Amino acid sequence: MLAYYLDLALRSLRRSPVLTGLMVLAIGLGIGASMTMITVLHVMTDDPLPGRSARLYTPHLDPLPLDYKRHEGSPDPADDMTWPDAMALLKAHRAVRQAAMSGGSLLLRPARADLHPLYVSGRYATAEFFPMFGVPFERGGGWSAADDATGSSVVVLADALARKLFGTSDAVGQTVRLGEHDFRVIGVTADWAPKPLFYADQTGNQYSDADLFFLPLSVAMGQKFPVSGNQSAWGKGESPSLTSANMSWLQFWVQLDTPAQVAAYRQYLVDYSAQQKALGRFQRPPTNAKLYGLMGWLAHENLVPGDVDLQLWLALGFLFVCMLNIVALLLAKFLRRSGEISVRRALGARRRDIFVQFGIESALIGVAGGVLGLGIAQLGLWSIRQRPDDYARLAQMDLSMLLGTVVLAVLASMLAGLLPAWRACRVQPALQLKGG
Amino acid sequence: MQIRPILSTLRHHKLTALMLTLQVAFTCAIVCNVVFMVAQRVQRISVPTGIAEDEVSAIHSTGIEKGENAQARQTADLAALRAVPGVRFAAAVSYSLPLDRSESSSGICPSKQALDRAMQLNTIEGSGCMEPAGYDGTPGLLATLGLHLVAGRDFLPDDYVDKGKPAVAIVTRALAQKMYPGQPALGQSMYDGDHFIRIVGIVDTLLRPAPRKPGLDGDSIIWPQRPEGPGVLYVLRSAPRDRQRVLGAAEAALLKANPDRIINPGQMQTYTEIRRAYFQRDTTMIGLLVASALGLLFVTALGIAGLANFWVQQRRRSIGIRRAIGATRSDILRYFQAENFLIVSAGVLLGTLLAVALNLLLMSHYELPRLPLWYLPVGALALWVLGQLSVLAPALRAAAVPPVVATRSV
Repeated sequence: MLAYYLDLALRSLRRSPVLTGLMVLAIGLGIGASMTMITVLHVMTDDPLPGRSARLYTPHLDPLPLDYKRHEGSPDPADDMTWPDAMALLKAHRAVRQAAMSGGSLLLRPARADLHPLYVSGRYATAEFFPMFGVPFERGGGWSAADDATGSSVVVLADALARKLFGTSDAVGQTVRLGEHDFRVIGVTADWAPKPLFYADQTGNQYSDADLFFLPLSVAMGQKFPVSGNQSAWGKGESPSLTSANMSWLQFWVQLDTPAQVAAYRQYLVDYSAQQKALGRFQRPPTNAKLYGLMGWLAHENLVPGDVDLQLWLALGFLFVCMLNIVALLLAKFLRRSGEISVRRALGARRRDIFVQFGIESALIGVAGGVLGLGIAQLGLWSIRQRPDDYARLAQMDLSMLLGTVVLAVLASMLAGLLPAWRACRVQPALQLKGG
Repeated sequence: MQIRPILSTLRHHKLTALMLTLQVAFTCAIVCNVVFMVAQRVQRISVPTGIAEDEVSAIHSTGIEKGENAQARQTADLAALRAVPGVRFAAAVSYSLPLDRSESSSGICPSKQALDRAMQLNTIEGSGCMEPAGYDGTPGLLATLGLHLVAGRDFLPDDYVDKGKPAVAIVTRALAQKMYPGQPALGQSMYDGDHFIRIVGIVDTLLRPAPRKPGLDGDSIIWPQRPEGPGVLYVLRSAPRDRQRVLGAAEAALLKANPDRIINPGQMQTYTEIRRAYFQRDTTMIGLLVASALGLLFVTALGIAGLANFWVQQRRRSIGIRRAIGATRSDILRYFQAENFLIVSAGVLLGTLLAVALNLLLMSHYELPRLPLWYLPVGALALWVLGQLSVLAPALRAAAVPPVVATRSV
């Protein structure tokens, strides 16, 4: 039966090729536009560390004075952590793993004569950064807590930088001169660049930045290395330094494996805040302390630009108008065949049969429109990749998106065909036969 | 033209006509809002900076020699740059130009009383104090940027400081008017918290490096302060067509004067490129918005033409009968045009309401201003024209149906 309907549908579509073409084009355009935007949104809201993100949390304290007034458009200082708080949390060691970190850009003087000096951006961090985030290593490894304590001059390089500096030879054991200070390379990471760079300060381009080196935070502090990212100070008094209690600039992440650990850590943050309040350092309620999960943090940071959001709604509106278009065309087409329907009904076809027949015809248009839409979406994504915006390069379609396109197209056109098919199966057989 | 027969025909195609009406309505609503958004963005990206944009280019240099005398290096660099053929003016700034994002701003008050008020309120809002973006630079900055001095004078050699705070400043007209409403700003002394700064000059316009919102974007202040530190942005002014060549020659001249520096190729740009980079997202968005508006109109035109085509086919017999009993070709043509006009009018009517509703929705979610009402009649007109154009071909085919069709059976 299905094959028969398929044959009928094909015949009918072939009978009016222009109209069929129009419908396929309309649904193709609608699907293409919406899938382009859905794909962009999908890659931007993707999990940066699949499999690990559910166990990563970032604690946030509220050390701001009660009368602190935030300027419009300026970042929230409480989104970063002060040095004393970060050190206290690190020392308390209440999470499975924890690390404090900050971005920095340093002058690198290559030993090779054929390379010019260059500025490289990387991360100052504490030892558990590597096991906590699951950074994969090509060679060597990270440093230990003892290195943090003694301030060992060790560095981990990203594979891209290691290749640039040392070619194919082993970088581990070599020396790199960063910011006028010599560092011993102890590890080279395998290709690792979470998108977005969730642990970085929000002032950077989190979709295009990547860390090229990692070195102990204690060494960066000792060497007075420049820190990049937002540094917010508040209150009165002498000009704040990086170790001041009234200046926030550090990022802090913890790993918590079970809900009980999460609850306990949350309580610990509140207790810590209460203790700081009792000491007179914090002024705000201890319950202001927050613990964000990784994905929750990304939502809080609102990384997806409003533009992308808007584009998605626009594309969906576009798809909706295209569907209205198809409904109108299918209605006209199906109702014109009232005569044919009447004959089939008079010959014993049930309403359900008519409905299925016309449903299949709509679905066929959907499949064709979906294939066209796929092509249009690829074209759209290609054109987005040509843009220099920082997220543009990520605009790639994966398998799930590919299947999604076809499913969306078929669903959309079936939905669009529903009303016309229903109208068609309501045709009264006798009336039409007489009139025809 | 009789409307009644058209209406009664449409009643037979209630659903189809309703779908088309809805399509026109949604197209009208979306397109009106999209065109408005495009207009907003175009206005945003065409904001004037106040500088001679097509003559300026910039090159950033970072000295990497330790213990270098930055001031001496700058003087030598500027001499080398001024010797480059085609360079008319050159100056060094510590980092910022309008629209290059790196902004340094600080609070400044028209008087000590205003500062006290701000301290009491714990905010500068409503105190009379402002938070302008600061620009610094070596002598000749005004000429290099091509700024228009509307009152007062340029800085004198004695005004410049290397470290510490300068005693004088040049402000933009916008800032001057806000700091000293209704009185001449020239010669006034502003207060920054621990010392007074006299306004010696007022420039017409100078946009901030990182504009925030329309009312504040023109608040800039220029300090007679030479950049310190190893990183310096050299600003060059030349004839527009010389800029690319001048940048290349400038890089060579700087490296020749002292090779111990880093010149990042990404920070070697004509001002046109700086501006384009700043508005990258907006131009992308304009492109997307225009493309989707055109796409929508196209799909709607397709729908109208497709349906009209269909109706012409379906009514061939009745058209033939009408022709046989005396209707002229233009009667038939006008019939289809009137039918389309009715459908589009209903769509536009509904679309106007939807456009306003959509605008309200967008206003609440995306900080979009209110849609000016004149967009609605313009949008309606556009859709009427689109409708008439799309129906023209099918209508002409209908008009060409010979009366003899009436005598044939279908």
